[in-house]
Amino acid sequence: MKLKRSLSMDSQKKETLSGRGSGLESEYHSTPDTVCDVNTLSVLIRKKNVRVVDVRKEEEYAKEHIPGAVSLPLARILEKESPTHCIELLQDIGVNEDLPVVTYDDTFGALAARVAWTFQYIGHQHSSILEVTFSQWKNMGFRTEKKSNSYKWQPHPLKINQSIYADLAYVEKVSSNKVLVDSRERLNFLSEHIPEAVNLPYTMLRADGRVLSKGDDIRRFLQNRGIHENSELVTYCGSVGTLSGLVYYGLKLAGLKNVRLYARSFKEWKALGKPKTEFKDANYWDLSAE
Amino acid sequence: MKTRKDANIQKHIPKPRRNPRWGKEEETNIFAERVKLFRTGKLSEDDFRRFRLQHGAYGSRLQMDYSMVRIKVPGGEILPVQLEKLASLSEAFSIGSAHVSTRQNIQLHWVQLEDVSEVMRGLVEVGLTSREACGNTIRNVMCSPLAGVCPDEQFDSTPYSKAIARFFLRNPMCQNLPRKFKINFACCEKHGLVRIADIGLVPMTKDGSQGFRIYLGGGLGAASFIGYLLEEFTSEEKLLPTCMAVVRLFDRNGNRENMARNRMRYLVNEMGWEKFQKMVLKERSIVMMTTAQSTESMFNLSAEEEDQYLPKENRYGTKLRMFSERNSSNTNAYDRWVHSNVIAQKQAGYYTVFVTLGAGDVTANQLRVLAGTIRELSMEGAARNTPQQNFAIRFVNGNDLPEFFNRLASVGLSNPGALTITSAVGCSGTTSCNLAITNSHRLAKEIQYKFLELGLDTDDMLFDSTIKISGCPNSCGQHEIATIGFFGGASRIGSVMAPTYTMLFGGSSGERGELGRVVMRVPAKRVIDTVLNIIEIYRKERGEGETLRQWIDQVLRGEAIGSIRDVEDIKRALAAVVQLPPVDQQPESYQDYGSDVRFTAKTAKGECAA
Ligand code: HEM
Ligand code: SF4
Repeated sequence: MKLKRSLSMDSQKKETLSGRGSGLESEYHSTPDTVCDVNTLSVLIRKKNVRVVDVRKEEEYAKEHIPGAVSLPLARILEKESPTHCIELLQDIGVNEDLPVVTYDDTFGALAARVAWTFQYIGHQHSSILEVTFSQWKNMGFRTEKKSNSYKWQPHPLKINQSIYADLAYVEKVSSNKVLVDSRERLNFLSEHIPEAVNLPYTMLRADGRVLSKGDDIRRFLQNRGIHENSELVTYCGSVGTLSGLVYYGLKLAGLKNVRLYARSFKEWKALGKPKTEFKDANYWDLSAE
Repeated sequence: MKTRKDANIQKHIPKPRRNPRWGKEEETNIFAERVKLFRTGKLSEDDFRRFRLQHGAYGSRLQMDYSMVRIKVPGGEILPVQLEKLASLSEAFSIGSAHVSTRQNIQLHWVQLEDVSEVMRGLVEVGLTSREACGNTIRNVMCSPLAGVCPDEQFDSTPYSKAIARFFLRNPMCQNLPRKFKINFACCEKHGLVRIADIGLVPMTKDGSQGFRIYLGGGLGAASFIGYLLEEFTSEEKLLPTCMAVVRLFDRNGNRENMARNRMRYLVNEMGWEKFQKMVLKERSIVMMTTAQSTESMFNLSAEEEDQYLPKENRYGTKLRMFSERNSSNTNAYDRWVHSNVIAQKQAGYYTVFVTLGAGDVTANQLRVLAGTIRELSMEGAARNTPQQNFAIRFVNGNDLPEFFNRLASVGLSNPGALTITSAVGCSGTTSCNLAITNSHRLAKEIQYKFLELGLDTDDMLFDSTIKISGCPNSCGQHEIATIGFFGGASRIGSVMAPTYTMLFGGSSGERGELGRVVMRVPAKRVIDTVLNIIEIYRKERGEGETLRQWIDQVLRGEAIGSIRDVEDIKRALAAVVQLPPVDQQPESYQDYGSDVRFTAKTAKGECAA
């Protein structure tokens, strides 16, 4: 059951996107709908052919940000969870259907992932997360700026992409091909999780110096777990779909085609009193040195 | 401030480290394949278990889908790049903390079985392995963390411990022993667990040549034994043949039927020491006559030096840092820490710093900061993990101690008391072990917390006493070599079951090590008060200049001079503190640490022998 390398089309695009392709990590390059590498972003910024979205708090943006970036904190996306609200936000930062969007944060990519996913959900095809956090970008010696940016309103149609979304009913629906992926850390998972879920902690998919490991590594993790290319994966985490948003992108990077985000996640599941699997026979929390 | 240029010291500082290559990439892939075979029913549970243990993965408490991966640190010496890798692996595949064991292993708990191969892959990158860390093999070869710096040692036994470890690792002669087999090296007669190992070795020189005093047949467990001295002096040339002879004898004669009595110590005791001794000496001459040179050449004291450099290893060589101008915010805390965590080495001007952990637990972030600190402030650029579940960082320049302290403080690692009674040892207990009855791990942490709060680390009369706790009689927490030891059990008190500990007095390590003697049972929630009570009594009763440990030895011998003369007296004196009020008045006293539900002793099949 080998997972096919499914990124061939994307790697063609990579050629044109990253130009000279002087990648730091040759194996690791952007794909328009998953992860954008730093060199590609630099080129895109120079060509003014990208909308860089800073999803950190406004104060942080005001201090310093990636050149050309606009500020759109995750909180603003979440304040009204309606697609029309979100499409307006996208239009207000001057994004039309063709302009690639790259999001970044300073929270190991989880907030950026949630925003990028939202754009994809409301119908923007070219939305990806930056391969590094803002701090890492800075540490690598890339430029930053202070001036605040805004862009002219652009039209953008609303086309809900149901294929990447899961609601409660979807999660509950029995299907032999569906794998629920709990993205929280191990101890949280052991404490309680949705029955039958497998644990793929977000910490497992990240790499030293980047927000996500290489697709090959993630693919191997999945193979080890017996999860194959045709499986349908639904990611969730503890609250609003941030950690699971990151895992969503990790799975996409690994080449899985059918991935959905249960955006309301375990928080909703618990609030509704749905069944949980708990493991109470060991005092594993006492092993933590925190 | 001048930099120190003492030729004598420079000589002791090892060269930059190379990749020790204990791990093998192909084993990683094989492990992943076997897991798949097992999961798809193509490999039987028994076969898989044997294979899994051989590669260092235990099952976890009542959850066989998770493993505890035991990573060997041969000789106890670990490099910064390895600590950093463990940090990443613990975050990615474990619980974000790693755990220092009582036998110089480092363990990652609650690793999903499917990810064990990934952990192994990471280990290989930095030259570590979990191979033969469990199972019926030669387990991690220990060496005193002070070897090379101990003022009382005759020579550094570290290279010997590593050469022995390397010789036996993957060696066909020890892949399927009757039972696990442990080898421990000491630095001197005081420091080292030489009498509780299958083979324990103390370095010594005789007439100018190097050799060892070798003890055989010791070991802890549900029934423990102290090892016997093989001969007055075993020369360096006979080190390998002696070890080979013992392993061969055990392999041939050990009991393969009765799992509960098949450690070598049982063989020795059933046979009688004299007979076993003769057999070893005879076997040794056979080994010496028949061993091919190719085999002997596998025992290489400088094997690691031929290996390639580690990736990313970034040492600052012998550069000395200047005196740190940074003021520690709390001078008192610093003094207290120096007092109980730092000792002078035989190399003048250099110190060994012990880093206090709680029952061996350390977070990924702490490991990273520790690694950086070692790189910059330890002249040998390495750490040792200690059987007291702490880290020892050696060759620290005296002037760098404040800086060292500040760095530890920045990540909550600057607790004092590492070398005192406050640093209680605890096995994993109910946090992860299948056989555990009590939460020994948490109890050790609770004791440390309470005792540091009370400042017991500052009382020099308690300095040489130790507390060690196991969650069941199996002794993984080495309770039998503690001044005050505890092992977990369950007792009916009134009409309810409660977690209790059996308390032992007077155990010790080193060449004159003795096993502790059972004193009485103590409910889990009374352990702290009981020990505090003992200390109080001791303070009233002690003779002039008598330490707690000395006083306890006197009590055991029935020769204490005060109103408490012997064990019976102390049992009477403690009778009140070990009483629990009725369960309806104080239900929490009947619960274990870390639990708010009624106590039940739940265990599953242990894998200690599989
Ligand atoms: C009947 C079964 C077992 C016996 C007789 C046994 C015995 C021992 C003994 C005597 C030690 C002590 C240290 C020494 O020799 O210096 C030890 C170490 C240890 N054992 Fe066990 N054990 C058993 C099962 C287990 C199990 C099921 C676990 C948990 C999965 C476990 C975890 C440990 C740990 C963490 C250590 C620390 C030292 C190391 O790194 O090897 N043991 N064991
Ligand atoms: S002493 Fe008992 S509880 Fe502790 S680790 Fe060993 S087998 Fe488990």
